[in-house]
Amino acid sequence: MKHLLAVAFVALALALSAAAFAIDPLPFQSTAQRERFQHLTGELRCMVCQDESLLSSNADFAKQLRRQIFDMMQEGKSDKQIKDWLVARYSTFILYDPPLAPTTIALWFGTPAIFMAGGIVVVVLLRRRTRPAALITEDPGDDW
Amino acid sequence: MNEVARKPLGRFVPLIVFAALVAFFVIGLVWNQTHDARFVPSPLIDKPAPAFHLPRLEQPTQFVTKADLLGKPYLLNVFASWCFACGDEHPVLMAYRDKFGIPLIGYDYKDAPRDARAWLDRHGNPYHEVITDQSGDTAINFGVYGAPETYLIDAKGVIRYKHIGPLTPDVIAKDLEPKIRALEQEGT
Repeated sequence: MKHLLAVAFVALALALSAAAFAIDPLPFQSTAQRERFQHLTGELRCMVCQDESLLSSNADFAKQLRRQIFDMMQEGKSDKQIKDWLVARYSTFILYDPPLAPTTIALWFGTPAIFMAGGIVVVVLLRRRTRPAALITEDPGDDW
Repeated sequence: MNEVARKPLGRFVPLIVFAALVAFFVIGLVWNQTHDARFVPSPLIDKPAPAFHLPRLEQPTQFVTKADLLGKPYLLNVFASWCFACGDEHPVLMAYRDKFGIPLIGYDYKDAPRDARAWLDRHGNPYHEVITDQSGDTAINFGVYGAPETYLIDAKGVIRYKHIGPLTPDVIAKDLEPKIRALEQEGT
């Protein structure tokens, strides 16, 4: 019984994941092109439902942009050209991976900077604590 | 301990760090309260509006282009009969259509013309002209991602202002009216 349930669950999961990619079947020329399309649209934000990518969203907006991106691919446009085209219309907000720009410096370097500052504090504190101990071991007057 | 005693400021370091963290969180909270993440600023502000060639709602065999509308500023209001928030905005547009002082062009977005006509018949037509974009492809060039959206386009065809979401008397008084008046000043 348990076994049967597990099989049913796996079957359901497979069916659902297949559905996720079958929102609108597009006539790709090759598997490679389909994979490129899925990778690219997975990196792009659906502006309507902002926590979903263009790949996974079922919104009308995402469907339309998927179609347009597909058409641009058939025209031989590169990923960068397609992204630039989208950014010109919807701003860099449409990219899940934000570009390095004056407005995103804090985003890119803020976390490492805070992490490094914390590391420096830890190192300074540890040095202060170990210094007296070091002095003791260096003391040659000990007989053990 | 001695170290801390010699530098009395040292004992305030944790407090200062804590205060800085609190400041960060307060700024974050206030930012979230005053900014709606759904409204993404358009990169097309102060850029030429995209060219378009769209049929009129009333006479679908006649087309309106960007060039036809050059020469004086106008408002382009993206709406649709299926759009719930457009119903909220509609009475505001009815009340303000003659107060804007510039034409109000309706942009029927991804809508069946029949539905749009029925919607305008039922609620009243606030627009001086309505153009239809059934596929929504031209709207992508405008950066439309929801309705309603309103664009202020100047006499040279440059997008000067965009509002995402329904226009309210408050938004009109604070943002849109001053922008329209500024354009009129430029024109003289």
